[in-house]
Amino acid sequence: MSSSAIAPKTDSANRVHWFRYAAPQQFYPLAGKMLPWLWATAIVLTLAGLWVGLVVAPTDFQQGDSYRIIYIHVPAAWMSMLIYVAMAFWAGLGLVLNTRLSSMMATALAPTGALMTFIALWTGALWGKPTWGTWWVWDARLTSELLLLFLYLGFMALQAAADDPRRADRAGAIVALVGVVNVPIIYFSVKWWNTLHQGSTINPTRAPSMASIMLTGMLLMVFAFWAYCIAAALQRVRAIILEREKDADWVQQLKETQ
Amino acid sequence: MHWSSVADFLAMGGYGLYVWGSFAVTAAVMAWEVLALGQRRRRAITQVRNWRLLSEDAR
Repeated sequence: MSSSAIAPKTDSANRVHWFRYAAPQQFYPLAGKMLPWLWATAIVLTLAGLWVGLVVAPTDFQQGDSYRIIYIHVPAAWMSMLIYVAMAFWAGLGLVLNTRLSSMMATALAPTGALMTFIALWTGALWGKPTWGTWWVWDARLTSELLLLFLYLGFMALQAAADDPRRADRAGAIVALVGVVNVPIIYFSVKWWNTLHQGSTINPTRAPSMASIMLTGMLLMVFAFWAYCIAAALQRVRAIILEREKDADWVQQLKETQ
Repeated sequence: MHWSSVADFLAMGGYGLYVWGSFAVTAAVMAWEVLALGQRRRRAITQVRNWRLLSEDAR
């Protein structure tokens, strides 16, 4: 039985301490190390995706070259929804566990999510004009995506209005969590309601309804947008950490703040 | 390569305005966000330094 006293100790020493990175002090340098790689990945994937999508891929037989808007419209629309879910997750976690970094992550995600929503709406309008004959229509897909933009802007405005950052976190978390019901509405809107918007191009239950070279270009752009959004959010959360923890010793001792 | 000339590429089969309008605005807002992120970091670092100067003054 003498070994049992030692066993738990070696076990915990070998385990990766993920929760360690829940502390801003540990997370700040980790995010800093990841950032150059994320930006580089975003740039390389964007260049590859643009090359395949704009130069190599053929014209669509139905929509002509207007279909090429898909290479930014779909990645941006996906990210707009995904970021919202991620934002609600971190905001909710911050609310329940009272962890500072979770709430900071939610705050950092919001502007990038709003930007992705704007890009999805803008490119959608420019795609709608030549294909539907109108920039905008008040149908389920478009209206729920516009609501998503207002949810992001509401979250940001509410956080900006509160003086105390922890109160801002809690108020923001409520908006983020209530608004998350809008995400499945956006996603399934093309199925649930009659809409001008075309159905999903990529669906887990059937083969993609697009040529493989077009699909390659779009997936490259999807991963490029992923890398961009993660990089932007991590860079923003690092600034937020500095802003909120400026009185902490470890921040005061950082090399870049000397 | 799908295109026969640069003019052909820029025309986008007559959809140039819509395609380039989409890509240009996307590039512009992303570039704006990257610049804003750099500015926010520089401002945050200034805040940290100001805090230090203030606390040193108070001593």
